[in-house]
Amino acid sequence: MQYVIQAQSVTKVFNGFTAVNEISFKLIAGECLGLLGPNGAGKTSTIRMTYGFSPMSSGRLSVFGLDIRTHWREIKGRLGVCQQENSLDPDLTVQQNLEVFGRYFNIPAGATREKARKLLEFIALDHRRDAQVSELSGGMMRRLVLARALINDPELVILDEPTTGLDPQSRHQVWEKLENLRSEGLSILLTTHYMEEAARLCDRLIIMDHGEILVEGKPAELIIEHAGRNVVEIAQPTDELREFIRSRDLTHDDLGRRILIYGDENDQLFDIIRERFCKENCSLRGSTLEDVFLRLTGRQLRE
Amino acid sequence: MKLSSSFDISWRFLRVWQRNLIVYRRIWKVNFLPPLFEPLFYLLAFGMGLSTMIGTIHYAGVDISYLTFITPAILAINIMYNAFFETTYASFVRMYYQKTFDAMMATPLSLGEVITAEIIWGATKSLFATVIMLAVLSGFGLIHYPDGLLIIPLAFLGGVAFGSVGMLFTGIVPSIDVFNLPIFLFITPMFLFSGTFFPVENLPDWAQHLALALPLTHLVRLTRHLCLGLVGVDLLLEAAYLLVFCLIFYPLALISMHRRLIQ
Repeated sequence: MQYVIQAQSVTKVFNGFTAVNEISFKLIAGECLGLLGPNGAGKTSTIRMTYGFSPMSSGRLSVFGLDIRTHWREIKGRLGVCQQENSLDPDLTVQQNLEVFGRYFNIPAGATREKARKLLEFIALDHRRDAQVSELSGGMMRRLVLARALINDPELVILDEPTTGLDPQSRHQVWEKLENLRSEGLSILLTTHYMEEAARLCDRLIIMDHGEILVEGKPAELIIEHAGRNVVEIAQPTDELREFIRSRDLTHDDLGRRILIYGDENDQLFDIIRERFCKENCSLRGSTLEDVFLRLTGRQLRE
Repeated sequence: MKLSSSFDISWRFLRVWQRNLIVYRRIWKVNFLPPLFEPLFYLLAFGMGLSTMIGTIHYAGVDISYLTFITPAILAINIMYNAFFETTYASFVRMYYQKTFDAMMATPLSLGEVITAEIIWGATKSLFATVIMLAVLSGFGLIHYPDGLLIIPLAFLGGVAFGSVGMLFTGIVPSIDVFNLPIFLFITPMFLFSGTFFPVENLPDWAQHLALALPLTHLVRLTRHLCLGLVGVDLLLEAAYLLVFCLIFYPLALISMHRRLIQ
């Protein structure tokens, strides 16, 4: 198996606070690996170490089989990064943003111009090549950031929340572009808050919290393992229902005004519950990644 | 201990310098106006307004008009302003508001290369402005040639010195408003007391010693002697001061920016 990223016991400590605590993971060539976690889980710290922006406190990290501590320049030359915050150059036009960025990789000017033209076509911004960055919409800017990350023909792209703050149309457009890239065999490491995004794009997921990896696996397998196939949701549950759940030892989350019951043979269970405990206030639905996420990381706010 | 990758500096820094040049060229008309008109304003104010009240000044054994006395100071002050304001306000905006440095750090550039390019760019702006100003001032016969041509490389050296100090402050200030402090405590006193508008010798002894510690005093002496065509070996000492100043403040600028940005 060929690994694009190999992280071993990677740790990041900021002023005594452990943001990332001895995590180990691998990214296989050609796969899309997703990092999920609430705010402050250590996702951004992890990927910042991966692209050599932030030095590790301890551990070993290699990208393309090269040590990030010693071969950072070569590694950075072979990967593309979409940072969370918009870092497009507002002093330059759309086209210049790509060309100037390409020059940072020491790509010859002629080659970057040609590449920039192709990328603007790819992200459907060729008609805005001479526009100022500030004239673009949020979705256009994000597509331009993505194009910029591809200027050096990277073997790996690292995306930190690529669709946060976008409207549904723009989000789907970014997803489409990312799916195109993935089908071409590009390796992708991405962080996201959107479970739909993770389920749709990622081959494998890592769910993190408090700087540690909680679980790792394929989206569908994680759902079955941690939230079953189906969920019965009951609003305004009665004490009799709670008693019933206890007696049957059902996997559930009691949120006070709502109870979620996870299971595999819920079809039957649903009928029983509906008949005995509620007539209107219960529903049956398929389990989702969001159920897994909330079960593992808890429901309290992270601020 | 292995030195951080921030301090690995190659010629690749020129790519960042090129980026600034591209932006400068896009608005070159606006950029060319201040160095074109500012010397004219000074000449008007001091030449017609003030010099009739002052007459001549005895400087380095010769009697010169007040206008001749302050012309080199105008050049030196502009060298200081161009580089210092570039690596303070302009660099801070790129670093903090535009996240330009963050984007660069995701490419094979090191932080040291980005910072070096910013400082060298500030010095380049000093050089451009100086060339334009020299052309304007030459029209009034205020520059002695060919000695005056040495002011062009000197503008670059002075630009690196003031650009490095500016970048050091950029690494330290918590917000952009705090730049008022180094301007009030460092730039304005130099503007007034570095032998710019009156000879340093007019100051009391203690203030003379203080003025000698300031880089602008040495830059003004250099531009003044070159403008007047009074070139001697002693000028090398003045240039050496500026060089040492760069050798101290350039590494300090790198360290302060590393501390600020690399976490």
